Amino acid sequence: MAYDKFTKLTSSAVPLPIENVDTDQIIPARFLKATERKGFGDNLFRDWRYNNDETPKQDFVLNNPIYAGKILVGGKNFGSGSSREHAAWAIYDYGFRCVVSSFFADIFKGNAINVGILPVQVSEPFLEQIFQAIEADPKAELTVDLDAQTITINATGAVESFDINGYKKHNLLNGFDDIDYLQAMKEEIKAFATAKAY
Amino acid sequence: MIRKIEDGPDVFFIDRHFIHEVTSPVAFLGLETRGIDVMFPDRTFATADHNTPTINQHLPVADPLSANQLLALETNSAKYGISHWGLGNPKNGIVHVVGPENGITQPGMTIVCGDSHTSTHGAFGAIAFGIGTSEVEMVLSSQCIMQPKPKKMRINVNGVLGKAVTPKDVTLFIIAQLTTAGATGYFVEYAGDVFENMSMEGRMTVCNMSIEMGARGGMIAPDETTFNYIKGKEKAPKGDAWDKALAYWKTLHTDAAAQFDKEYSFDAADIEPMITYGTNPGMGMGISKSIPKATDLEGGVATYAKSLKYMGFEESEPMIGKKVDFVFIGSCTNGRIEDFRAFASIVKGRKKADHVTAWIVPGSHIVEAQIREEGIYDILTEAGFLLRQPGCSACLAMNDDKIPAGKYAVSTSNRNFEGRQGPGSRTLLASPLVAAAAAVTGVVTDPRELL
Repeated sequence: MAYDKFTKLTSSAVPLPIENVDTDQIIPARFLKATERKGFGDNLFRDWRYNNDETPKQDFVLNNPIYAGKILVGGKNFGSGSSREHAAWAIYDYGFRCVVSSFFADIFKGNAINVGILPVQVSEPFLEQIFQAIEADPKAELTVDLDAQTITINATGAVESFDINGYKKHNLLNGFDDIDYLQAMKEEIKAFATAKAY
Repeated sequence: MIRKIEDGPDVFFIDRHFIHEVTSPVAFLGLETRGIDVMFPDRTFATADHNTPTINQHLPVADPLSANQLLALETNSAKYGISHWGLGNPKNGIVHVVGPENGITQPGMTIVCGDSHTSTHGAFGAIAFGIGTSEVEMVLSSQCIMQPKPKKMRINVNGVLGKAVTPKDVTLFIIAQLTTAGATGYFVEYAGDVFENMSMEGRMTVCNMSIEMGARGGMIAPDETTFNYIKGKEKAPKGDAWDKALAYWKTLHTDAAAQFDKEYSFDAADIEPMITYGTNPGMGMGISKSIPKATDLEGGVATYAKSLKYMGFEESEPMIGKKVDFVFIGSCTNGRIEDFRAFASIVKGRKKADHVTAWIVPGSHIVEAQIREEGIYDILTEAGFLLRQPGCSACLAMNDDKIPAGKYAVSTSNRNFEGRQGPGSRTLLASPLVAAAAAVTGVVTDPRELL
């Protein structure tokens, strides 16, 4: 599915300083019944966000109007657990374009890039600085520059660079995906398959 | 591997692709939107499992959204000529149970599925891992995915396992040592005599849980145990093809000089029957131990406190004797015949505790048939248990098999995340023996006392 290009993003951020945020929290399994990619943002963090009677839990960050923005900042090991791409869809659909953490689970990280979300892995001290900046000012902005591969805390000017491979970076900058690439390889794939034992 | 992209991922050819109703519909929709076809339909196998009822499967599925999802799998499979084992099909069952038991899974293959427990198939010396829906679309349309090369880890367990220590305990022990992110970025090989002496069912349990320490996959070198398991299975090679395959499979072992980026070694004698006390699979301990103090562990104190609060447990408490409301045996982790044999070995001659609700869910119709043929069904019924029909069931609670809020479930499944088995549910992961001990006593019980 096509997504918007990602170049440079300056936005305030939503802090979620919890470790091991797993994909069952991001989107519980009972909300995976759709056959289309629509409306998953409504159920993002469903059980942390709403009580059983559907009323919002006031102490959860997404229900606190002072926090908003296109960047989600999570604790270490963000996105562990299930391979459900619905987790990335829910984050995207809610309006986030970038997730920052000091460590990501592999499958989530791949899924995020594939749907157009930039996962930015920073050092633990830098993550702590981000949380502190948001605590000091909930409107504190971060600037994520994909081309330069840097993330900046605008208020303090603190900057850190992050890794992403050149191929995926090119895709995100241009809004391309892997299927476009693989479709162009079909003859090569056919030849490979013919020579296979299985 | 077909192509290496400079400063990018590798392009991998996929030999076998499994799909199910939950993570495939949007991939098929993507094909339609782009106007492209399935490139090799005979390399993809569909089964309905994640969102299926485990009773009255002969009746129409009551929930319209679930029914629609099952119909989508059936329609898409038919449209593109993909093999489909839907509800009621005698081959139907959990994808990671039916793949191996029908001989689709073979050594040396690359195998993917839109499910993180695809690592199960690594038990056969296959390279198997879970993928997202975008990748399902890639495999359908090109039989390839694009992945960076993982680092290599070897985990050795040597020695003799103690009484009532099962493959599930071995894996929960390893994950407790490495933590829930300890193998992220790695592909794991399990080595040592504990795995060499393990059955295929046990090896599948271990490889299945690799993802729970963050590993993309886990594998065990194929050997005579592997070959004997595959031989005669429906889709296994036959005749000359078998001899040829066998000769190839025998070359699939790790070189003695192989280098790993990380290596761990554990002693089998240090492993007890395990149980988890927290909200990720790394929060496990020997069943006779007490819940650790936050200060004795790595990781954030606040996250740990949140976890114990959710579970309703305190630091330093023992788990033995805690009241259990539900018991679930099943899932791609422990839904194979050996698991039900183990469960029955404790249940035999005893009765289900009155206050316990038990869900006994075979991994497939083939497992269900074995349960009946071997007399396990009779043992279960005499003890007051009901056998349900195959599916993922309470492992992820997409269907009606949900543990109610606040209730405790001893579960043979793979994840104890908050709400995993239903909103507010509290999961204690354990082996089939620990599950059986809880089911007959109604509290967390050391299975060694009942054997």
